[in-house]
Amino acid sequence: MTITDITADVPAPRSGEDSGGKLLDVRDLHVEFHTRDGIAKAVNGVNYSVDAGETLAVLGESGSGKSVTAQAIMGILDMPPGKIPQGEILFRGQDMLKMSAEERRKIRGNKIAMIFQDALSSLNPVLSVGYQLGEMFRVHQGLSKKAAKAKAVELMDRVRIPAAKERVSDYPHQFSGGMRQRIMIAMALALEPDLIIADEPTTALDVTVQAQVMELLAELQREYHMGLILITHDLGVVADVADKIAVMYAGRIVETAPVHELYKRPAHPYTRGLLDSIPRLDRKGQELYAIKGLPPNLLKIPTGCAFNPRCPKAQDICRTDVPVLEPVTEQDGSPLPGRGSACHFWKETIHG
Amino acid sequence: MPDLTKTSSASEEAAAVAGSTPVITDAGPVPEKPRSLGADAWRGLRRNPLFVISGLLVLLILFVAAFPGLFTSASPTIGDPAKHFLGKPNLGHVFQEDWFGYDGTGRSLYARVLYGARNSIIVGLGVTILVTIFGGLMGMLAGYFGGFWDSLISRLTDVFFGIPFLLGSMVVLNAFTHRTVWVVMGALAFLGWTQITRVMRGAVITTKHADYVVAARALGAGTRRILFRHILPNAIAPVIVVATISLGTYIVAESTLSYLGLGLSDDSISWGSDISDGTQFIRNFPHVLLFPAGALSITVLAFIMMGDAVREALDPKLR
Repeated sequence: MTITDITADVPAPRSGEDSGGKLLDVRDLHVEFHTRDGIAKAVNGVNYSVDAGETLAVLGESGSGKSVTAQAIMGILDMPPGKIPQGEILFRGQDMLKMSAEERRKIRGNKIAMIFQDALSSLNPVLSVGYQLGEMFRVHQGLSKKAAKAKAVELMDRVRIPAAKERVSDYPHQFSGGMRQRIMIAMALALEPDLIIADEPTTALDVTVQAQVMELLAELQREYHMGLILITHDLGVVADVADKIAVMYAGRIVETAPVHELYKRPAHPYTRGLLDSIPRLDRKGQELYAIKGLPPNLLKIPTGCAFNPRCPKAQDICRTDVPVLEPVTEQDGSPLPGRGSACHFWKETIHG
Repeated sequence: MPDLTKTSSASEEAAAVAGSTPVITDAGPVPEKPRSLGADAWRGLRRNPLFVISGLLVLLILFVAAFPGLFTSASPTIGDPAKHFLGKPNLGHVFQEDWFGYDGTGRSLYARVLYGARNSIIVGLGVTILVTIFGGLMGMLAGYFGGFWDSLISRLTDVFFGIPFLLGSMVVLNAFTHRTVWVVMGALAFLGWTQITRVMRGAVITTKHADYVVAARALGAGTRRILFRHILPNAIAPVIVVATISLGTYIVAESTLSYLGLGLSDDSISWGSDISDGTQFIRNFPHVLLFPAGALSITVLAFIMMGDAVREALDPKLR
């Protein structure tokens, strides 16, 4: 069995064959990097979709391919060394991988925007914040310098930066970390895009500020009815904000579920391991659980299930056959909408 | 402080608008004036005595080069060999015709030093500007687009780098019978652009992978905007430094070429050709050599000192 065969019949996380209704529909996306040591397969057949007003959290550890998928959607992947051998990225039903560079550029910022992890390094140090915010309007809408600046002040007010009018000509280094991330959010929001991809938006922030920024993001998303893809490795951040979760491992989606169901009853040993490794107050004094081993080398992904060397439940079949993302059902066979697991033993994992 | 009260009232307002959301706590006090990196560097420079001295000197030299006639009424081209043949300098006669003495054809050396500044400065500045624009563009092209363009431009700079600067310009200039400042400028720029290209290429390569460039791309900025608005201002600092320092070198190169008789044609006044003339009298009348040579040294020193101060101000590691 080849990878293509397996991924072709993977059900989309949510029902529906047509992508017409979906805002963004990623289908069987593969991304590889051609390096000196060989081909690193960073993304191996990812399927996910987001509707307007919906929040999808993509969860996974470093190197699981979550950021690379986002970069492929944005079209900011460095190619070469990156390559997209197969897959479709449908935005409102149109395949963005088939568009011209100019068409894609017009979508970026206008229809799909991105929030980056480190706001300090993502803002140009030599340009004032107001200029960078106003640039969005000048590039995409051809506004004058003055009108763009007025819009910038408006945006800064919107993300609740105090004294926006006085601070609009300040430079990034004059803002605190939380304020900088608000500016990044304002930049992404500037043209009221349909979809926002937030790549670990709170990782570089203080814990107290994290909650504020997430709350702001969620609120603005509701207000504009945007789709949001939240990329994170922080299970705590996800719980409050996301509608559904896709867990990634070694470039594949191993489990999808509505957010609370995942926490209640994980259907993949990897997800279970992640949840067990969250420190809990009622297990004070005990040793914290950790998933043994390391994430696989993307140049040599293990045969069969990529998780098998680290999995406590691994059997012989796990070392030979790649598990398909199958719909997860109740014990009596009644369907659980939106749930899927790529494990040969999902039944045992969820019901056992 | 009026600024502080304004800030607090504004943040209260913002909090009131926010309603139920938590009050933002991480708003710092508003500084009096926003400062860019350039303004930061300027503040540092103003306090640096090295920069103040060299800067004033450069301004003075530029002023002399622009209006030499304001400083003397003597002619730099017409002398009286009978009366003033190799006349000794009279250091007490400040700003007078015979302050620096006379040369072999009885011309006032003071006037010649003043008028010679213009050609030296024009060649030095002109070559620097040409080299910075052309070399900078080539460097940006090579650094940003990489691949084929990078290989092509890099090999081209390698070829030009292999040609000795002075020897090469001598060969080029030898082909011209009448050598104006423009010809000399062109010859020096033709052989000198490679250094800036290398510096610019390196700076652009480091900058183009910066997160803010990726972010600008993700938010829909086009290639030209990314290149000139986001990369250039962040990559220009090392180029400015190399350019200011090499300005002195170009002035020396022009003088060297004039000394060798391959610089400006005989009818134009230049420190280099005056130094060349002075060498024949070096034993008995050293002043004919010393004054133009001194003017050249001071000018080059001023530009190099200024370049060094600028480098210090723009170098983030030294802050």
